Amino acid sequence: MRFEHPATFNPIDQLKVIGHPTSRIEGPLKTTGTAPYAYERHDVAANQAYGYVVGSAIGKGRIGSIDLEAAKAAPGVLAIVTSGNAGKLGKGERNAAPLLGGPEIAHYHQAVAIVVAGTFEQARAAAQLVRIDYVKGDGKFDLAAERDKGITPHPSFGGPADTAVGDFASALAGAPVQLDATYTTPDQGHAMMEPHASIAAWDGDKLTVWTSNQMIAWGAEDMAKTLGIPKENVRLVSPYIGGGFGGKLFLRAEVLLAALGARAAGRPVKVALQRPLMFNNTTHRPATIQRIRIGAERDGKITAIGHESWSGNVKDGEPEMAVSQTRLLYAGASRMTATRLAALDLPEGNAMRAPGEASGMMALEIAIDEFADKLGIDPVVLRISNDTQVDPEHPERHFSQRQLVQCLSDGAARFGWDKRNPKPGAVRDGRWLVGMGVAAAFRNNLVAKSAARVRLDQQGIVTVETDMTDIGTGSYTIIAQTAAEMMGVPLDKVAVRLGDSDFPVSCGSGGQWGGNNSTAGVYAACTKLRETIAQKLGFNSAEAVFADGVVRSGNRSVPLAQAAGGGDLVAEDAIEYGDLAKTYQQSTFGAHFVEVGVDADTAEIRVRRMLAVCAAGRILNPKAARSQVIGAMTMGVGAALMEDLVVDKRHGLFINHDLAAYEVPVHADIPHQEMIFLDETDPISSPMKAKGVAELGICGVAAAVANAVYNATGVRVRDYPITLDKLLAGMPV
Amino acid sequence: MRSFSYERAASPGAAAAAAAGTANAKFIAGGTNLLDLMKLEIETPAHLIDVNDLALDRIEETADGGLRIGALVRNTDLAADIRVRRDYGVLSRALLAGASGQLRNKATTAGNLLQRTRCPYFYDTNLPCNKRKPGSGCAAIGGFSRQHAVVGVSDACIATHPSDMAVAMRALDAVVETVRPDGTTRSIPIAELHRLPGDSPEIETSLEPGELITAVVLPKPVGGAQAYRKVRDRASYAFALVSVAAIVQRDGTGRVALGGVAHKPWRVEAAEAKLPDGAKAVTARLFADAKPTKDNAYKLPLAERTLAAVLREARA
Ligand SMILES: Cc1cc2nc3c(=O)[nH]c(=O)nc-3n(C[C@H](O)[C@H](O)[C@H](O)COP(=O)(O)OP(=O)(O)OC[C@H]3O[C@@H](n4cnc5c(N)ncnc54)[C@H](O)[C@@H]3O)c2cc1C
Ligand code: SF4
Repeated sequence: MRFEHPATFNPIDQLKVIGHPTSRIEGPLKTTGTAPYAYERHDVAANQAYGYVVGSAIGKGRIGSIDLEAAKAAPGVLAIVTSGNAGKLGKGERNAAPLLGGPEIAHYHQAVAIVVAGTFEQARAAAQLVRIDYVKGDGKFDLAAERDKGITPHPSFGGPADTAVGDFASALAGAPVQLDATYTTPDQGHAMMEPHASIAAWDGDKLTVWTSNQMIAWGAEDMAKTLGIPKENVRLVSPYIGGGFGGKLFLRAEVLLAALGARAAGRPVKVALQRPLMFNNTTHRPATIQRIRIGAERDGKITAIGHESWSGNVKDGEPEMAVSQTRLLYAGASRMTATRLAALDLPEGNAMRAPGEASGMMALEIAIDEFADKLGIDPVVLRISNDTQVDPEHPERHFSQRQLVQCLSDGAARFGWDKRNPKPGAVRDGRWLVGMGVAAAFRNNLVAKSAARVRLDQQGIVTVETDMTDIGTGSYTIIAQTAAEMMGVPLDKVAVRLGDSDFPVSCGSGGQWGGNNSTAGVYAACTKLRETIAQKLGFNSAEAVFADGVVRSGNRSVPLAQAAGGGDLVAEDAIEYGDLAKTYQQSTFGAHFVEVGVDADTAEIRVRRMLAVCAAGRILNPKAARSQVIGAMTMGVGAALMEDLVVDKRHGLFINHDLAAYEVPVHADIPHQEMIFLDETDPISSPMKAKGVAELGICGVAAAVANAVYNATGVRVRDYPITLDKLLAGMPV
Repeated sequence: MRSFSYERAASPGAAAAAAAGTANAKFIAGGTNLLDLMKLEIETPAHLIDVNDLALDRIEETADGGLRIGALVRNTDLAADIRVRRDYGVLSRALLAGASGQLRNKATTAGNLLQRTRCPYFYDTNLPCNKRKPGSGCAAIGGFSRQHAVVGVSDACIATHPSDMAVAMRALDAVVETVRPDGTTRSIPIAELHRLPGDSPEIETSLEPGELITAVVLPKPVGGAQAYRKVRDRASYAFALVSVAAIVQRDGTGRVALGGVAHKPWRVEAAEAKLPDGAKAVTARLFADAKPTKDNAYKLPLAERTLAAVLREARA
């Protein structure tokens, strides 16, 4: 099904099932510990052996020599695979650094070997007997030092390296009020609960992996490419995923090594990447340095806005597109953005929840707050007065929907923003200095082809199959809701099967595109199935009504199950998109409001209240969507106050590489979170009229926290995370 | 993890004797620290002596009105004990500020005292660390040292002792009771249990090889307002950047011990004499010989400000 014109009324608009706050249909499996996650699939292949990954001990250089004698002789060892005996390996389309290093070492904890043994303990013990002599090379690990050597990257995922409209330099110079400030965001880790985990089993030259991966088709394709085998010979199964946040978008070392280990050992092999390796072995959100310049009239009307960003990456890696939102969020006749990429030898930087905007909004939305302060204008008012309903670079392009102003004004009213004292450091509650902060939320909506197969059986059960994944987001549930709505059956008559490369290729989970696109794919397949059923029953498909488990046309009515009387009816289709994403700008919007307390003595920062108001198209399941947004708000608090992969610039690694040292928020850090969706349907986005929401929730949160800290203390911190040591010297006395 | 042999000791004396009689042996109590370190091969004992069955899990009143806390009393139980809560509030508060509920259910009194540093370089066996591998150097010096010690440091090591409980015990003048491999027992004032790193940061306590901690004795209650204030980046489940254990009497005198600043709970009796003069005077003396790094210099003003807050509250 091609989606080329704005959606009109369709069965989804009935909202009998869609739009309801249905609890997760797979929830009971998860709360009872019976959802089979990759590492626990003891049943899928007999005789599973265990793999343990050895990570490089240096950040850059090469392996001089490697001595496996002691490890091979250790009890239970079945095989050891290194680059020396792995055979020729290719590199996945979406991998920058090779997943199996050696002799060249691209980054710290790059996998250099897998030790396979009969038990986990044997594999672990033997792995520590692998003796490697490294020849250290000169690595570059300091973004600030490499910044000026940054190159202009090729146009990538997030847009061109340079954009310019009007004459930014003279517009800025001529502006009566100006801001020029530089912000930094640190490297951050996904730190999801379930580590990268896989079981690999070979059957002749056919490989099956049970894994934890957000993008099944990418994973299968890159596995085939890396191993140099036909894609048809790879099956990837990933029905349950214990969090990913972008860390599981790609083929990663543990699954490749499980496959190599299984081939070498002649047995299925399971591998869970060890937690201390996760931060340096896998990908992370790269650090940025961002310079923002804004010029405006005294009434706050922005005339010039410029955003430059520097980040680093390994060879073949991409930049963090932190400037993306600045092209679209605020009006301003003259504007520019620039993205530069420095060559670094740190682990590979890549997508983490809302890549681009999450980092970009951390900087931009402090800048706007600082600018409001300079202008003496309320930051909510300043944002509203610089709203634009068109793409500022291409004014002929309208936003499909844009309710930023409503988000800000509704949020301000609800939060009690009028009670905020604009004078920093002026509000006290016992030992706490109290402040409020606001930031806009913005994240683009992406459309992508997505396919599904739907089957109706003689019991009247509708089964959906698609390689879409559920990374804890609620995909199972919204897909079931979509099929139930389309076929006119209750939810308990729908079965959903996800995450298998044998199923039709979906959009997968990433970039907050999963919800809208995967359900639109199911919509397409269900539309086809409705036609098949109508035809079978001799109905005019345009007139057939699917409701209450029966198909009706005129005065005839047939139970759905009966239509499949002669055998299952199956339909497969994909949603594919025309030009609407070009003619319209599709984005999602919101506003974050935060109140913090800063301990007047210790400068400890604790969030007291949070509110998000979001406008993101039709909300398919308000409960699941709310969970996504409050989870993202939690992650935003982490980004604001603690998350920081600390670079040791001498040894070239993230030194705090476990969950004791890489702090993320705990329950005690998160107060009551309020979150509201504005009513919105977006007929431009898809037949579902929905958009992404899971990443919108993080964009802007950290800046709202930062702005609240400033309001509480008068200390402006431009380098994340905002920790107490950065406040102490400036605390009010 | 290296393979190891394992035994359950029958008595404290037998445990100590076994530890001295077996090469490379270690006691295991709750295992919450030791097992993590063994998995990473930071600790590589060849033999483990399980001390959980030694009937050392009781809290008893002593003849002179104090408390004897068995070495195996769990942190949760100690924090909840009514006598501790009533008479040694600083200890109960310190315990509850540490780790998480699950960990405190397992963690023991002796294990907590002997837990090892959380220096991230200590945890990465690829990097130099004099404490883990004597003579290899100290990667924290010149590296990421935001959490590290500011006082009592050496050129060999700038690690902190991470325990909260020990800081309160130091303020309470606790005494550690032990049994040695030859069966003799001794009492070690807690001030003398932990050592400064000096040239041999791998030697962390004054315990002899095989010496088993059997109990910690708290002298009779000293009264006063008792506070434990732990400053950290997140609200729970994080080690202290700085912590302050304080006992403040009505007349303004009192005791102060700091955590998160040194290789041991940091208490200087001469500094306490300055308590009536306020926090600045006390910390000036506590940190007279401080040698902070660029990353952790903030701990000096932070400790002073935290102590000021604690004193203000104690006197309110
Ligand atoms: C994630 C995490 C967070 C934590 N956060 C904190 C925190 O915020 N604050 C804090 O204070 N602590 C914290 N801890 C540390 C925790 O308090 C310790 O792990 C615990 O107290 C150790 O006690 P255990 O009984 O488990 O010791 P074990 O691990 O069994 O032993 C520790 C050491 O003591 C030795 N030992 C044990 N018993 C005896 C004995 N009777 N005599 C002689 N030697 C003995 C062992 O040989 C070993 O060397 C944290 C730990 C973790 C894992
Ligand atoms: S501070 Fe001590 S524990 Fe840390 S690296 Fe240096 S020697 Fe090792």
